[in-house]
Amino acid sequence: MPAAHPDTLVPVARPTAAPATRRRRTAAVLPGFGTSAAITSLVVTALVIVPLAVLVVRAASLGPHGFVAAAWTPRARAAYGVSLGASVLAASTSAALGLLVAWVLVRVDFPGRRLLDALVDVPLALPTAVAGLVYSTLYVEKGWLGQWLVPLGVKGAYSYLGIVLVLVFVSLPFAVRVVQPVIESLDRDAEEAARILGASRMQTFLRVVLPGILPAVVTGFALSLARALGEYGSVVFISGNMPFKTEIAPVLIVSRLEEFAYAEATTIAVVLLGLSLTLLVVVNALQQRLARNAQ
Amino acid sequence: MSIHVREVSKSFGSFKVLDRVSLDVPNGGLVALLGPSGSGKTTLLRIIAGLEFPDAGHIEEDGQDVTQRHARDREVGFVFQHYALFRHMNVFENVAFGLRVRKVPREEVRTRVDELLRLVRLEGLGGRKPGQLSGGQRQRVALARALAIRPKMLLLDEPFGALDAKVRVELRQWLRRLHDEIGMTSVFVTHDQEEAFELADEVVVMNHGRIEQQGTPDAVFDQPATPFVMDFLGTVNVFHGRVENGRAYWHGIPIDYPDYPHAQARDARVYLRPHELELSPVTGDGSPVAGHGQQAPSLLASVLRVTRTGALTRVSCRPQGWQTELHVDIPTESAQRLQSKLEPGARVAITPRRARVFLPDPEYAI
Amino acid sequence: MTSPRAPVTHASPVVNAALVAAAAAIVGLVIVVPLASVFAEAFTGGASAWWVALTHDADTRHAIWLSLTVAPVAVVINTVFGIAAAWLVARFRFPGRSLLISLFDVPFSVSPVVAGLALVLIFGRQGLLGPTLAWLDWKIIFAWPGLVLATTFVTLPLVVRELIPVMEAIGPDEELAAVSLGASGWQVFTRVTLPTIRWALLHGIVLANARAMGEFGAVYVVSGHIAGVTDTMPLRVEKLFQEYRTPASMAVASVLAGLALVTLVAKFAIERRLESEARDLATARAQDAGHP
Repeated sequence: MPAAHPDTLVPVARPTAAPATRRRRTAAVLPGFGTSAAITSLVVTALVIVPLAVLVVRAASLGPHGFVAAAWTPRARAAYGVSLGASVLAASTSAALGLLVAWVLVRVDFPGRRLLDALVDVPLALPTAVAGLVYSTLYVEKGWLGQWLVPLGVKGAYSYLGIVLVLVFVSLPFAVRVVQPVIESLDRDAEEAARILGASRMQTFLRVVLPGILPAVVTGFALSLARALGEYGSVVFISGNMPFKTEIAPVLIVSRLEEFAYAEATTIAVVLLGLSLTLLVVVNALQQRLARNAQ
Repeated sequence: MSIHVREVSKSFGSFKVLDRVSLDVPNGGLVALLGPSGSGKTTLLRIIAGLEFPDAGHIEEDGQDVTQRHARDREVGFVFQHYALFRHMNVFENVAFGLRVRKVPREEVRTRVDELLRLVRLEGLGGRKPGQLSGGQRQRVALARALAIRPKMLLLDEPFGALDAKVRVELRQWLRRLHDEIGMTSVFVTHDQEEAFELADEVVVMNHGRIEQQGTPDAVFDQPATPFVMDFLGTVNVFHGRVENGRAYWHGIPIDYPDYPHAQARDARVYLRPHELELSPVTGDGSPVAGHGQQAPSLLASVLRVTRTGALTRVSCRPQGWQTELHVDIPTESAQRLQSKLEPGARVAITPRRARVFLPDPEYAI
Repeated sequence: MTSPRAPVTHASPVVNAALVAAAAAIVGLVIVVPLASVFAEAFTGGASAWWVALTHDADTRHAIWLSLTVAPVAVVINTVFGIAAAWLVARFRFPGRSLLISLFDVPFSVSPVVAGLALVLIFGRQGLLGPTLAWLDWKIIFAWPGLVLATTFVTLPLVVRELIPVMEAIGPDEELAAVSLGASGWQVFTRVTLPTIRWALLHGIVLANARAMGEFGAVYVVSGHIAGVTDTMPLRVEKLFQEYRTPASMAVASVLAGLALVTLVAKFAIERRLESEARDLATARAQDAGHP
């Protein structure tokens, strides 16, 4: 017991309330946990986990040397190179074009804006085989566009350029749709403030607007890249599929499979799968950052 | 139906939301669970409704253990904070829902729903969608929907929290009348002291997952059991003081405190409500101004500012030698009478009419 | 698709006109010209030639029929899965939940060819279950079930991805209210959950159907590409093209492109409903918060 203190006239800290927590478990009350868990795990296991696991196990059963021997042949290396190179080129193009299109759709009012907005979704709905078919007929010597371009030396069909073109087609919607809502949510006041402070239009765009939408552009690039890397249906029409020149990895997998070279097909598929899953993780992280920024 | 909560505990992860809570709600009672957010009051209500299951403890209804009984079979009317009306159904179908899932015959559903819509004064709005209603109307739809199944008790989670001030007061009085009419055991959650006091027969003050006090509004306000209750119910001045020999001393002013008859002095906290302090003007040397008698021991202070808050006027002053302010609430009428003597810098004497003393928690005392 | 609001802009009219021209050129060259050329090429010989190309070839007829039987089955599986999975992750908290959500996305990022190969490695003659299937005399690879499996895989995320955000935005209170009013699990689902998610569900179904009808890579690998047996419409497009029958190929392609356009119109209409419901939800929330 302390000795009697003289009256201290300092207000005492008051009891404070616990922080509000809003986590609720409704597991026991809402119905259907068992049923939905059973259906979900059955489908995910049977369709996603088991097939991909089998793929990896089959590739692993070759042993490290066998794996490298099958996955790292000169032709396979060339195919990875074509896949990656064309995909990066296409995804960059999509990201840049997508930014421009998204900007115009959000910021400029013009007749036909809604139509343009709707047309951006066409590649999501149009079968890739149709895209491949059409692109290859458009850019051949007698095609709608080829008749002007081929004499200029631009070969858009059965060429590396063709692969890039068709990959831009399939990935453009992703690049536009990721950036568009971010431009919509931009704070216009900040732009006006920059203008009032004397920044030119270009300075305002580069210093105020671009930093705000850059994460979205990068996310759009990553999504486009993921889509482009796996694409098969459209590329097979237009690329000509020349080994070492215009043969992408998925095409090589199919041709190995048709030769019953399962080991090679599997190992190349595993390399591609690793690349895709890495990209998925990157895209998820990027999108989480976008969602955080949006709050 | 009477409700008995026995030693109920509940945690979400490592956060203990309810800590061995026991509570009795008498048949036909209207009880308010009052507390700050995070105090566990909503969780307690949801456990009573069967929307949440306790980690430990029991819920009894009329002496019957219903802890593990599913919400579907509890026959409880629950009004959600944001009403949770079925957005795609019109008002009629919302109210009829509980009857429809029970396969009640068509005509009976119509009669019952019409009757309820009359009761909640929404006749003729049966065809509206929830989105076309005002907040107060939606609240009454939620109430009618809960009452449709003839529940044994009515539970309401912050029933007026989402309404604007005027509608809130009207609806509160209406709900009180409705309760008196149908006499159903009811429990509601609120963080608003005024709401709890106006509506409830009994108030349960909660904090940190525990019940601090349960009693009638008067009992809780006049005899707060804990410093928290004292502090939560309205503004209060809190000070360190000292107790010995059945008296507490606040700045030398003695206050009766028979709970501590010991001779050995101990630190204590002294709680003073602003409206339980008396204030009288004094002259510069501290002697009472003519006509304002001053016998009891008092504290000299100088006026800092005067704020009118309605029927009461708050006088903020600083006693001599203090670093902090002391708030005194006096009737606005008297404040107007004293006007010239309450200008900033004016000197006043302050006398506590009542004070509450709490010994600090043992861990602080030793 | 996000709906464009009335835009305000501070850029000069000249800059804006140039930007609009550039955007129109991009969308025109990348999307509109190819789309238009499908129909132009398909109808160069007139409508009757188009009709003959579609209907007088038994293999093409079979391909159309096959697509019409494979896609709906895949869509139904996806709908059941999508509802169950969205209910699971939007209404319950359990260990492994976020991992499960990322697993839903895997089919989007895996190349369809890789997915097809994985199915071959399980169900093919050389595959894990090959001997068992041979003994049972069941054919999955190079047959209808394989087509359904491959199509289901590539469309797996489409329905569940649409439902999760909508269900999370709405929250569980309406369903809890239904339970406390005495509704059974099935009643909660059919009377409360399903009506509130119907537009999002339809949106997912339309997208899944479009993707299912048009899937190429995964189906190509598991089908064996047998004309008149396992060729779906997109595979038929490719085969006709390889056989230098471009007009016939374009005819089939034009049907798929027409389907894509119908899908987009349906999608557009559904999105307008979804937006108006989201607006209603936002207004209701704002009113509840005391800001009418």
